[in-house]
Amino acid sequence: MRQDAQYDYRAIKGFAISSLFWGIVGLVVGLLISLQLVYPSFNIPPWFTYGRLRPVHTNAVIYGFTVPAAFSLFFFLVQRLCRTRLAFPGLARVTLYFFNVAIVLAALSLFAGMNQSKEYSELEWPLDIGVVILWVMFSINIIGTIMKRKEEQMYVSLWYILATIVGVAIVYIGNNISVPVSLFKSYPIYAGANDANVQWWFGHNAVAFVFTTLPLAVFYYLLPKATQAPLYSHRLSIIGFWALVFAYLWTGAHHLIYTPLPDWIQTVAIAFSIFLIAPSWASVINGYGTMQGQWEQMRSNYLVKFIVLGITFYGLQTIQGPSQAIRAFSALIHYTDWVPGHVHMGTMGWLTMTLSAGMYYMVPRIYNTEVYSIKLANLHFWLVLVGQLIYSVTMWITGIRQGAMWQAMDHDGSLVYPNFIQTLAPNYPFWNMRTVGGVIFFAGFLVFVFNIYKTIKNAPALEKIQERDAAQTA
Amino acid sequence: MNVDKRPVVFIVLATLTILAGTLFTTFIPLFLGTATPSVEKVIPYKPLEVEGRDIYIREGCNNCHTQTVRPLPFETARYGPPSKIEESAIDRPHLWGSRRTGPDLARVGAKYPAAWHYLHLKDPRSMYRDSNMPAYAWLNERKLDTSYTEKKMRVLGYPYATADMQALAGKTEMDALVAYLTRLGKELK
Repeated sequence: MRQDAQYDYRAIKGFAISSLFWGIVGLVVGLLISLQLVYPSFNIPPWFTYGRLRPVHTNAVIYGFTVPAAFSLFFFLVQRLCRTRLAFPGLARVTLYFFNVAIVLAALSLFAGMNQSKEYSELEWPLDIGVVILWVMFSINIIGTIMKRKEEQMYVSLWYILATIVGVAIVYIGNNISVPVSLFKSYPIYAGANDANVQWWFGHNAVAFVFTTLPLAVFYYLLPKATQAPLYSHRLSIIGFWALVFAYLWTGAHHLIYTPLPDWIQTVAIAFSIFLIAPSWASVINGYGTMQGQWEQMRSNYLVKFIVLGITFYGLQTIQGPSQAIRAFSALIHYTDWVPGHVHMGTMGWLTMTLSAGMYYMVPRIYNTEVYSIKLANLHFWLVLVGQLIYSVTMWITGIRQGAMWQAMDHDGSLVYPNFIQTLAPNYPFWNMRTVGGVIFFAGFLVFVFNIYKTIKNAPALEKIQERDAAQTA
Repeated sequence: MNVDKRPVVFIVLATLTILAGTLFTTFIPLFLGTATPSVEKVIPYKPLEVEGRDIYIREGCNNCHTQTVRPLPFETARYGPPSKIEESAIDRPHLWGSRRTGPDLARVGAKYPAAWHYLHLKDPRSMYRDSNMPAYAWLNERKLDTSYTEKKMRVLGYPYATADMQALAGKTEMDALVAYLTRLGKELK
């Protein structure tokens, strides 16, 4: 524990707590919009209609929950993997305050209807500038720490952290170049098909760098640590990394299949999407390989459960995603509930399971204590697993069902369900099931937050000693 | 050379790797004009339609409605001819969407008259008992804010006449939204 005294944990704690707080906000809004889809009376105009709240939900879970979770975990990982103190602890604390101010303003602006309409890129230009400043502050700290590292070789987690830094910067700036009309309104410089192409290059690579490389950085650190077993193959992780980072950028247009975007761009995107199975599964195989001879730990080690289920959902996700890119399958499921079902397997399965494991590993270490309750961690595990499965499976069923109803034609070429409303109403029972799945998942998340809260609260006064030690070292 | 021992080289290589697909699939079409159709045939938006479109964006209509008809038989039977790249040539941003909780709107302007939209937006369930669309009656009580209209037209580069600006007087947000919706599907001369 003396060794820990050289690390700076203060901003890490703040980011971890911010992440849990905004995670709860994002999930509450998620439950509300889920209800609104079946019961329109839950829409309270103007601030609380579905059209305005859906971006609040997606932005809260991406920028409010995932990003600060990554900030805290990355600041933790980078210090340990480099065996050195964070380069600029003061800057890290400024980043923390700046982040929370920005996210409050982001939420308020979206409630007020200030948005650029582009999915996951809704925030208006002043907040975009704020996001970029935030990202630069974060990057300076990470890169600065790596530069003064005491461990010569950068472990694979650090590669994924660096890829996240570079990738998010490129796609976020690229998609948000716009001309302001006022402080609250702007228009993109791109028009029509080009705008769509840029947007989905961004959209899919937000998935690449926020929902893929980000949790992979945590995964590659955590699995060997939690199992006490060496990583299965270093070579596989090298090949997997470069192939993944290369291929992802070519795939955005699979979101635009059968749109007016030129066919060749769609076809290139489809080809690279299929190829992506290989580097994605490199990580899955590396995970399962590391588990060789360790499978008993699925019973005895709660961290391993989260990590292995997480990587399993990542594996399923990266088979399902490429198959959705194929034209024939896209024709059936595109624009249906299949897609939210797919996305939520990634986010409620792979992403949150991995980040939760990261928090369970990190929080006791930075507070010099043990996790409050392994029983509660297990309860958390089962609730989020069951909640996510109910969510995804019901969405896949109703997505295929609705896609088939849209396609259904009689022999004379007339539609079997000519009125759109005939294909909407049968969704309602499934959407109620989704809300049930969401409630179960949310309950699991609350158990998680409670468990972390009690862990922090029960932490010994050692924390103060450690801060004093840290101050002396500095 | 071990790039995993040289962070600067590593960052440069990772950046180039990320830029490869970016340039090929996104920026080459942009600069070579592959996805940039002629705008000669496109009828520019009128000021009222621009304001209506911005209300469509503000209320997040694109979260539930797409604006692109796919070239598939069942799709054209429901919504009309497939969307053409020219039809959205001047749209900033595009509003193709990604999810159809409600129907596609690319050609809705030709399908219903303005009066239908007023009634439907005011109370969707008066027309479709099972509809889950939020009611937008409140847009009828809000006067359209036109303080930035001219600046918007300039930024977007759409031509307009003084009469078009005068036509904004006394309009509500509902008027603007309906003006936009009734234009959809009538983009080309």
